[in-house]
Amino acid sequence: MTALLLLKNLPAWLVILPIAGGVVTFLLPPKARGPAGLVFAWLTTSLAVLAGAVIAGGGSLSHALGGWPPPLGIGLKLDGLSAVFILMTGLVGGVVSFYARVYFDKVVENPARASMFWPLWLLLWAGLNGMYLAEDLFNLYVVIEVVGIAAVALAVLSGKNPAMVAGLRYLLAAIVGSLAYLMGVALIFGATGALDIGLAAAALETGPTAKIAFALILAGLMVKTAVFPLHFWLPPAHSSAEPPVSAILSALVLKGTFFIILRLWVEMFGVSLTFAAGQVLGALGAVAVIWGSFQALRQQRLKLVIAHSSVAQIGYLFLLFPLITVPLGMAQTPDWTVFAWTGAIYQVLAHGFAKAAFFLGVGVLVIAVGNDHKDSLLNMVGRLPMTTFAIGLAGVSLIGLPPSGGFLAKWMLLKAVFASGQWWWVPFILVGSLLTAGYVFMILRLAFAPALKETPLRPVPPGLQACALVLAIAAIVVALPAEWVTGLLEGTSGFGNAVEMISGGGEELP
Amino acid sequence: MNWNVLLPLLIVCSSLIPGVLIFFLSESSIRTRTALNLFGAVLKLLLLILVYFGYRSGQEYAFTFQVTVDLQFMLRIDALALLFAGLSSILWLITTIYAIGYLEGSPNRRRFFGFFSMCVTASTGIALSGNLVTFFVFYEFLTLTTYPLVVHRGTQKAVEAGRNYLFYTIGGGTVLFVGIVGLSVLAGEVEFAQGIHLAGFVETHPLELKILFFILLAGFAAKAAIFPLHGWLPVAMVAPAPVSALLHAVAVVKAGAFGIIRLIYDVYGIELATALSVLNPLAFIAAFTIIYGSIRAIAQDDLKKRLAFSTVSQLSYIALGAAVPGMLSSVGAIVHLVHQGIMKITLFFCAGNIAETTGLSKVSELNGIGRRLPLTMGAFTIGAFGMIGLPPIAGFVSKWYLSIGALDSGQPWVVMVLLGSSALNAVYFLPIIHAAWFAPPPVGGWADKRPNRRLEAPWMLLWPPLITAVVSVLVGVFAASWWSPLTLARLIVERVYFML
Repeated sequence: MTALLLLKNLPAWLVILPIAGGVVTFLLPPKARGPAGLVFAWLTTSLAVLAGAVIAGGGSLSHALGGWPPPLGIGLKLDGLSAVFILMTGLVGGVVSFYARVYFDKVVENPARASMFWPLWLLLWAGLNGMYLAEDLFNLYVVIEVVGIAAVALAVLSGKNPAMVAGLRYLLAAIVGSLAYLMGVALIFGATGALDIGLAAAALETGPTAKIAFALILAGLMVKTAVFPLHFWLPPAHSSAEPPVSAILSALVLKGTFFIILRLWVEMFGVSLTFAAGQVLGALGAVAVIWGSFQALRQQRLKLVIAHSSVAQIGYLFLLFPLITVPLGMAQTPDWTVFAWTGAIYQVLAHGFAKAAFFLGVGVLVIAVGNDHKDSLLNMVGRLPMTTFAIGLAGVSLIGLPPSGGFLAKWMLLKAVFASGQWWWVPFILVGSLLTAGYVFMILRLAFAPALKETPLRPVPPGLQACALVLAIAAIVVALPAEWVTGLLEGTSGFGNAVEMISGGGEELP
Repeated sequence: MNWNVLLPLLIVCSSLIPGVLIFFLSESSIRTRTALNLFGAVLKLLLLILVYFGYRSGQEYAFTFQVTVDLQFMLRIDALALLFAGLSSILWLITTIYAIGYLEGSPNRRRFFGFFSMCVTASTGIALSGNLVTFFVFYEFLTLTTYPLVVHRGTQKAVEAGRNYLFYTIGGGTVLFVGIVGLSVLAGEVEFAQGIHLAGFVETHPLELKILFFILLAGFAAKAAIFPLHGWLPVAMVAPAPVSALLHAVAVVKAGAFGIIRLIYDVYGIELATALSVLNPLAFIAAFTIIYGSIRAIAQDDLKKRLAFSTVSQLSYIALGAAVPGMLSSVGAIVHLVHQGIMKITLFFCAGNIAETTGLSKVSELNGIGRRLPLTMGAFTIGAFGMIGLPPIAGFVSKWYLSIGALDSGQPWVVMVLLGSSALNAVYFLPIIHAAWFAPPPVGGWADKRPNRRLEAPWMLLWPPLITAVVSVLVGVFAASWWSPLTLARLIVERVYFML
């Protein structure tokens, strides 16, 4: 009976449990926050796995909070697409939580201050799950704010000067982003009187209101997703945070707002999409791929390398939009859209695991050597073989070498690009891969190079190295259950769909 | 699951699993590590022999795993797979013994042997791949696993060589990736099956097929060190001798050459490739590389560098033979894949022995070295004569088939290239041999120090080149017997041309 109830209310639990965890850990004394936080984190991970298992059978799970159906109440919906995102968040979150438990307990100077990590992180997690589940625009606004504030607070957790400066910039970007989003939502609400995505999309008519609203929403979310050229806040914020926080921010938080953009693009923006709109998003992504990778190649500090790499990897995701925006009258689903979708989702998964592994691995290095300057890598392969191996594996997935999740992502994307005839994206994908190989192998080359003078290593708690390795292996083996993942995704209403654009110039339909 | 499905997977795993286990051993557990290495190598060889007999009696072996829509992982045994897997597993066993002797007492052996096993896994995987995607997976895996071996010594020079190596191989891999995706968009899954998957597109998409052929070719050429993509190979010889031996004989360059063979015979099929007239450009580039590599080799004083340029030249024999249509040329190309491996590994083993026992690495320092290292230099002489193409050594058989194949298909200029190359081979090998046997040793230095053991070098370093030298004579003398590479090559070619 209780098991049935749990299953039925699973979408609600996925949000409520981490919120409860956040509140409980906040109320506990600093010393007890770590153990309790880890318990809540792993419970949330278990729920995420459960969500994946439930949805694997097909279909979706809808839940109206308090029993009130939309438009009055708040709807939550768990389907294949959201299950994949929740599962990824759960798995990465579970491993990062363990790392954080050890790290904040044994390594940091001020464990009492650092223990605030737990309430903030659990709140953030609840917000992310909310993003994947929420069915209405205003709820999305709420969770966007929750995630934004918690993320900024986590970024400045160390209290060090560079982190504070970067955090301020991050805060500014976050606030501007959510305000733009809110204004867009207000316009839609004014035009349709509905906040539920389905109802609003049905009532919305093409016209200037819709266009301005979409532009505002898109701009706001793109600031948060750090799409070029709105990524200025990301490298300092992600590189100055504590390692587990960097991992969370890069691997998980960026994906939340991407998910919302994707969802609104398919379910709502259809009324006034033009060919140009898709192309513009794709172009921003393509430039991000090149620019981010190029910047990563030039950095002297490892965490900055990885942070810039996130800008590039997020860029790949935006190549999805031009590929699924098809001319009016095209068959409902041209044969390449499934490839494009699979590629983008796999990019999300592979980047999630690989980037988290990367940040955790460099975290180990920083503990051992004391800084993340490139030179501290010298002879790392002899001194920290396991972490070097983890970073190498994560790098393999980022480059997109087989057999890894990143390979599958690039394979599918490239295939979709060829099949759709939009061949102009090809050089961006390839040059991006080569530049990625450039900075990954720059790291490995240094790791293999002899050290000029060997400074003694500080001890690294066992377990931290293993966390990075586990995530890196996940970034590789995530390619194996591709059949299962696509099966999960195919159960989703929007998956594989193309959005028909209105006539080329963006004019109203005749 | 029956054995015929599992065997290809087992063959790949027989080096993968020992490799993974080695990483978990401690640096000091030498005995377990050696046992694991040898166990894997012997097991792989036994499994291959088993499969060989099964295959000849008509059994089919294939393992498939559907990763997702039209992305299939496929290991399959065919004659060409057996040839290449057999070559790499035999030479791996021998090189493992050599490497154990060579690296005795040096640091980081765990890492070395771990990646060494991974590297052989990759080349076996390349051999057994049943379609282009699987081939690509192992092809890139090979790049990754050889990198730590190339930079193993960790010196500035090694790290630079590693960078150079990656520059070419990752670039080549990316180009290959585009070609494979392009082909799969055009024709769906492309199995290695004499071009039957592409035959339907020759009327509708000839231009696309041509472009894709050259894209794929460029991807393979980067590893096969075909001019102008050969720059990494002479630099990579800073790696330890067993790595160079493996790199030049079975692993990296051979993977590229094997890829070219698969591309022509199994992806496009000889008929389609001829119809698209894509083979002639390849033949010209290969011929140019043959001459170019030989000329560059003459100028090298560093022994390993001279051998490396010789590899650049010899590897293109394979490409040239594959690019000349006709059964006899094909036999020459395929058999040279094996023969070049056996002879070149002999030469590198010998170069390693010379460096290890006397510290010499320059050709100009080798005067009288034959007196100090008679057996080693004997093996070296056989290998070098084979490279020049003297009968009855293996190299002669290759060149014979390549030449009559070229005449057969009306391209006598190929014979001129081969003859010119033989002459150049003589120019850069004979002075070494002459100096080693007939020049007086220098006074002082290595010549004054007598070896304090019965053998001229530790047995683990001495036996491998002797074995491979003897084998390279045997496969030449007994070229017509049922077990020779030539027989297997003829079997393969019959299948290619008559689609048996």
